[in-house]
Amino acid sequence: MHELSLAQEIISITEQYYSSDENERVKSIKVKIGKLQNVLPDSLEFCFNALIQNSKLERAKMMIELIPIKFECKGCNDISEPESFLFVCPTCGNSDITIISGNELTISEIEFEDSLTN
Amino acid sequence: MTLITVERKVLEKNDVVANDIRSTLKSNNIFSFNLLSSPGSGKTSLVERTIAYLKDKIALGVIEGDVQTDLDAQRIDRLGVPVAQIVTNGGCHLDAGLVRDALTQIDYTKLKVLIIENVGNLVCPAGYDLGEDTKVVLLSTTEGDDKPLKYPAMFRNASVLIINKIDLLPYVNCSVKQIREHALAINPALKIFETSCTTDEGIPAWCNWILAQANQ
Repeated sequence: MHELSLAQEIISITEQYYSSDENERVKSIKVKIGKLQNVLPDSLEFCFNALIQNSKLERAKMMIELIPIKFECKGCNDISEPESFLFVCPTCGNSDITIISGNELTISEIEFEDSLTN
Repeated sequence: MTLITVERKVLEKNDVVANDIRSTLKSNNIFSFNLLSSPGSGKTSLVERTIAYLKDKIALGVIEGDVQTDLDAQRIDRLGVPVAQIVTNGGCHLDAGLVRDALTQIDYTKLKVLIIENVGNLVCPAGYDLGEDTKVVLLSTTEGDDKPLKYPAMFRNASVLIINKIDLLPYVNCSVKQIREHALAINPALKIFETSCTTDEGIPAWCNWILAQANQ
């Protein structure tokens, strides 16, 4: 259940973007998760929702973008998106590859609600 | 509407600490590895046999990670090498901050090899950099030969695979050939050792690999 630790880190990074306005509220957070990261999106969302009560994040929605695994073959330079975790080039059978996506675990965007006073 | 583009790594705080640990260990010429497996694969037994073989050849230290108890640290302490215990109190993985704190408990400057035994878990620890030189994953023959396929991230992130409890092969339904094939399909660069902590088969080869890394 490392999703709980990840949710805590996401909240702690988001807090760094708060202003001094007590009424400010976060509307959404966009998170990118690569499929190589062993993160369960449902668990991450569950942990996040459990941690955000009574804070500027209390109404925030976590939007998760799952990033597929892609690799480039060092032999024939073909780019593949494997169904499983088998890192063999389907074009030439070479296993010498470079992973180009799937390792992401980032917060990409934070959106704040419109201020009521505006 | 205020939209802020962030593009920051969720584990950036961990990575900063891990890089600090890495440069500290490097500047002290310490080779370190993060030992990972499911519970009961024989991590602590392997550490014990490794210490027995290497103790007179090179200065070793151990950081023991456990969910509860310091039983493993007690086992290592009896062998007379520096050991620090991390109890995660339910946490499913070690992070770099825990390792940094543990390093304050031992005089690591005299070490040449640091073994970090992670919490028994083949999922959660895979994504946490502890500042180690490399990850070593341990799989025992009693767990079955399909494990590399079930926990691919762990086998992808490791550079060494140890197939342990090979003395039990006559009694279990497990093919070492299958483990090798599955693991190498996920990570063709894996270096693989076969060991038994009961008969000591394979322990010298594994320990000599550690010596070679430490003396590089």
